[in-house]
Amino acid sequence: MGKTLAEKILGERSGKDVCAGDIVVVDVDVAMVQDGTGPLAVQQLQKMDMEKAANPDKTIFFIDHAAPSPRKELSNAHKMLRDFAKKTGVKLSEVGDGVCHQILVESYVNPGDVVIGADSHTCTSGALGAFATGMGSTDVAIGIASGKTWFKVPETFKIIVNGKFPKGVCSKDLILHIIGLIGADGATYKALEFAGSTIRHMSMSERFVLSNMAVEAGAKVGLIEPDEVTKTYLEERGRGNKFVEIKADNDAVYERVIEIDVSMLEPTISFPHTVDNTRPISEVDEIKVDQVFIGTCTNGRIEDLRIAAQILKGKKRHPDTRLLVCPASREVYLKAMDEGLLNIFIEAGAAIMNPGCGACVGVHHGILGDGEVCLATQNRNFKGRMGNTEGFIYLSSPATAAASTIEGRITDPRKYI
Amino acid sequence: MKLRGKSHKFGDDISTDLIAPGRLFHLRTNLPELAKHVLEDADPEFAKKVNSGDFVVAGKNFGLGSSREHAPTIIKLAGAGAILAQSFARIFYRNAINVGLPALICDTTKIDDGDELEVDIEAGKIKNLTKDITIETPPLPRAMLNILEDGGLVKHFKKHGGFKLD
Ligand code: SF4
Repeated sequence: MGKTLAEKILGERSGKDVCAGDIVVVDVDVAMVQDGTGPLAVQQLQKMDMEKAANPDKTIFFIDHAAPSPRKELSNAHKMLRDFAKKTGVKLSEVGDGVCHQILVESYVNPGDVVIGADSHTCTSGALGAFATGMGSTDVAIGIASGKTWFKVPETFKIIVNGKFPKGVCSKDLILHIIGLIGADGATYKALEFAGSTIRHMSMSERFVLSNMAVEAGAKVGLIEPDEVTKTYLEERGRGNKFVEIKADNDAVYERVIEIDVSMLEPTISFPHTVDNTRPISEVDEIKVDQVFIGTCTNGRIEDLRIAAQILKGKKRHPDTRLLVCPASREVYLKAMDEGLLNIFIEAGAAIMNPGCGACVGVHHGILGDGEVCLATQNRNFKGRMGNTEGFIYLSSPATAAASTIEGRITDPRKYI
Repeated sequence: MKLRGKSHKFGDDISTDLIAPGRLFHLRTNLPELAKHVLEDADPEFAKKVNSGDFVVAGKNFGLGSSREHAPTIIKLAGAGAILAQSFARIFYRNAINVGLPALICDTTKIDDGDELEVDIEAGKIKNLTKDITIETPPLPRAMLNILEDGGLVKHFKKHGGFKLD
């Protein structure tokens, strides 16, 4: 019987022939925690008398969610992570380095890896053909110390995407559309496998958006077959030798196959307070926006900033709309500076934040006021997400976010492109 | 494992942001304090009302969102004996078992707020004593039952020196 990508990778890493439904112990290639989940992982390791890492060079502690720290409790949590890193030799990603998932793909993850992270969007790395998934602190702590974890091999939904994106429509619109279609729990416990000509033509940046949001449909991983695009991405980062081909078999068994043609897709918006509450822009009435946030592990890459800057060039933000721009990593930040994108944002009236999670999780920057509306390029719009249960979060692509900044209301970006 | 207590009913899509809000991020290293705010953004009174052994009862996709293990941990610290829902988000489900909090999938439309329940985890049976009906729940996979019976993943891993999945 043919194998899906998930079955192939988990089979390889467990040294067994595995099928969906099997429970397997696998070797962990990359493990990470962030400043919200790391302290608990450290405490658990202390409890178990296992303050060590099986693979310190591929174990990363990220300080990105509340970075720089807005209060002393968090400063102390950061200290705890730094101390542990010093003691055990695991890698530390400091304030200003960027969002964990972006740095993982830039510097650590290779096709065929098993990646576990104490952060739900660890699935981002799936776009490189890695079995990458989010877990809790204790699971990751044990993975760090022992170099192993266990999984139930997931069934797979294959999502075949064909057609050419219309101008102004991108992978973020596609993934919002898909989540709207299958629902926030539509793929719970499943693997998503993205395939089809549209995916093959996408840049890595666009692919990361799809894998990043797999968890918003409940999925465990969002996988994409590594190909020439993957290879080039790795080569550019000095890891060309880590490229391996992993292909799903033609006769692999899928629980569900979903086919999508993007040639008629519109810019798509998620309405509060669930990600699957989506609407095409043509069905969106006048919605005034108080804050626009461009950034995060979903859409804070250089390609995202380029399209936003293209729209904002020579324009000003609407006087009632503030704009926050947060590059996902130091690499992105430097590129944006070199390319003059930061100037465009600053001249348009933006506040530029240091690389990290920025306003996404409601811990420090950009917390909404009561009744305020934010249009964000992040992946989640749950009630209370941006630090206030009385706020309203809409999700969109960077293009839609940029166009909306100019008009002060949710705006179709196609007229600006 | 048999548990008895009162139902506290919640709706669908209770996210980890509602259970352990991001705005209380700084309390994550002080779990007893964070537990005083458990589920606050879904029901501000919950932490005060819940008695030891009571049940959190919800609709579909309970625990969606972030991987924060603090969410099931503080539900347990607040005294809840188990969570019953029509379905759970994947990471939350695994975390709940890892912290030793039973998470059971069942038809919760047959349970109202305040109903008295008796839950038998091994047998996969939930008795609604108020309504005098029995609700079935599929048994937990062996791997997860092992972890739960050992009192959570830390104890499980220590006891067996690894994972004991079958
Ligand atoms: S940017 Fe947002 S979604 Fe991504 S890791 Fe940070 S808090 Fe999580």
